[in-house]
Amino acid sequence: MLENFNAEIPLEEREDIVICNNINKWFGNLHVLKDVSLSVKQGEVVVILGPSGSGKSTFIRTVNGLEEFQKGDITVDGIPLSNDVSDIEAIRKETGMVFQSFNLFPHMTILKNITLAPIWVRKWPKAKAEKNALELLERVGIPEQAHKYPGQLSGGQQQRVAIARALAMQPKIMLFDEPTSALDPEMIKEVLDVIKTLAGSGITMLVVTHEMNFAREVADRIVLFDFGEIIEMGTPSELFDNPKHERTKLFLSQIL
Amino acid sequence: MEHNVLNSNKHEPTKVAPPRPTTSVLGWLKANLFSSWMNTILTIVFGTIVFVLVKNSIDWIFFKSDWYVIVANFKLLIVGQYPNEELWRVWICLILISVLMGLSSGIWKGTMGHLTSFMMGIYIIIICLPFIIFETRVWLLINIAVIVAAFLIGTKQSKFKIATLIGWGLMLPIVIVLLSGFGVFNHVGTNLWGGFLLTLLIAVVAIIFSFPLGVLLAIGRRSKLPIIRYISIGYIELIRGVPLITILFVAQLMLPLFLGDSIEIDNVVRAMVGFTLFTAAYLAENIRGGLQSIPRGQFEAAEALGLNATFKMTFIILPQALRAVIPAMVGLFIGIFKDTSLVAIVGLTDLLGIGKNIISNPAFLGTQMEVFLFVALVFLIFCNMMSYASRRLENSLGVGKR
Ligand SMILES: Nc1ncnc2c1ncn2[C@@H]1O[C@H](COP(=O)(O)OP(=O)(O)O)[C@@H](O)[C@H]1O
Ligand SMILES: [Mg+2]
Repeated sequence: MLENFNAEIPLEEREDIVICNNINKWFGNLHVLKDVSLSVKQGEVVVILGPSGSGKSTFIRTVNGLEEFQKGDITVDGIPLSNDVSDIEAIRKETGMVFQSFNLFPHMTILKNITLAPIWVRKWPKAKAEKNALELLERVGIPEQAHKYPGQLSGGQQQRVAIARALAMQPKIMLFDEPTSALDPEMIKEVLDVIKTLAGSGITMLVVTHEMNFAREVADRIVLFDFGEIIEMGTPSELFDNPKHERTKLFLSQIL
Repeated sequence: MEHNVLNSNKHEPTKVAPPRPTTSVLGWLKANLFSSWMNTILTIVFGTIVFVLVKNSIDWIFFKSDWYVIVANFKLLIVGQYPNEELWRVWICLILISVLMGLSSGIWKGTMGHLTSFMMGIYIIIICLPFIIFETRVWLLINIAVIVAAFLIGTKQSKFKIATLIGWGLMLPIVIVLLSGFGVFNHVGTNLWGGFLLTLLIAVVAIIFSFPLGVLLAIGRRSKLPIIRYISIGYIELIRGVPLITILFVAQLMLPLFLGDSIEIDNVVRAMVGFTLFTAAYLAENIRGGLQSIPRGQFEAAEALGLNATFKMTFIILPQALRAVIPAMVGLFIGIFKDTSLVAIVGLTDLLGIGKNIISNPAFLGTQMEVFLFVALVFLIFCNMMSYASRRLENSLGVGKR
């Protein structure tokens, strides 16, 4: 496991916390990830863009072992991702994930949703887990909803709970898979605002999104996927203002 | 003031009161029974049929039939051949259950309260029956007093919650020890257990023990490990492919073959094993249906949080899956409760078995109608209590709402 890093150190000099080398994945005969290599520095915010079906979700889900891959290797927080259940569980302890469809546990209150993993995985005492959960709910702006059930909340509120639930494990890395795609337009901003404040907090983030303004604002680096490959990567200004690859230009012209 | 009213009317959509339902008896009759020619004819035809049925039933139940057979054999029907001088042990069991029911209804109110009041109703009816012996009346009165006292304690002190739950958990072993003796009291062999007591014991044992087995089989059938998966599938399909009565015979005849002669297993235990194995296979399929209804996102969210397979199943998947199949499970349990009457065929004297013995006794010739009606009534009461509890449980857990 890596030491906590010093935020004073410039990004280029920090250690890599996620290292992916030549990842290849097939769904049956469908080659969905083709030699994908990407290394992410501690505290870096990487935004992943690309057309639908290009393999963004599949890639981000291989990082915490939700998808298996057939070739290549991944190291997360110093732990090599193997078939060993204990390695996968160790990696998942350090990575939080936020899904497009929230995936809150509908039979538990918001507070239970958030405290479950800290209590059973981190073995925190209940009081500590609850105190932490309430602070997190405060941070995502919905402290008064703690005792409701997910079904009683709006989509935007549910997604903010999902973020709080992931953060409750105090992960070093956060994975977001299109966190605002299932939301009504008026709720997108409240969720993006929460993610923005996180981006400034020093946590490492991989974000799949279609929100271009948000990407430009928070990303240290943008990665563009197409047909299962990384076709271009760079800082937001490099990528948005001086795209090199033809397919990048095509993608940007379609989306902007 | 007037200005305000006008103003608010302008901005809010006009409100229309819902049509008021007609409440008069005549109005109701007209709307529901005589609304058209067709309806009127149907009403008259079915009205006549119902009238004849009810009249003849009442005539038979109150004037033609001879309920003396039930009066004379009441004890036999309820507890079988259980020796009279040891009957106090059955009563102690009932009192322990009354304590727990009283406490539970005090603590949780709701469904438990309704069921407890219903049981008290039955006790009171039995006390009032003219042929009941004095001793039984006293025991039943003690039970009612115990329920009321425990209820009062339960409402005041909710700190007994955990104790009550533990009590329910220990109830079955305590009852079995009390009934059979196990060296503490005089031994009463299971060949003497009978009647409704035996019916209830077989059903409760089958339901309680099949539950963990069914959960394991359901999870096993979805396992990634081929051996576990094939064993589960093999077991489930084997049991589901064989009639229950065959399983009971197999349990009676073949269990000793498998286990060797050295281990004495009495017939009641064999029947309980047969029922448990049978119920588990069907339960597994019900639960598997529930597991399949859980969206993939729930599994992934649990895994992404770092929960291991056991925690994921216990906290996230099973609670939702079981909730989704409560109606199916209770349906199965009600079926099992009624099917316990099949043990009469393998020579046990459950409620129906005793009934059959009674009508083959020359002294009670020609009383099968009375006996079977009584047996049916007892089953009816308990099955309805179970389905009532299930409906309430569904409502309180919000099945089908979210
Ligand atoms: N479970 C699966 N089984 C088979 N094919 C899949 C599965 N999940 C995704 N795919 C396919 O893999 C490709 C990449 O999908 P995905 O990673 O979801 O793309 P994106 O997130 O960029 O829209 C798509 O062609 C999709 O149809
Ligand atoms: Mg996707």
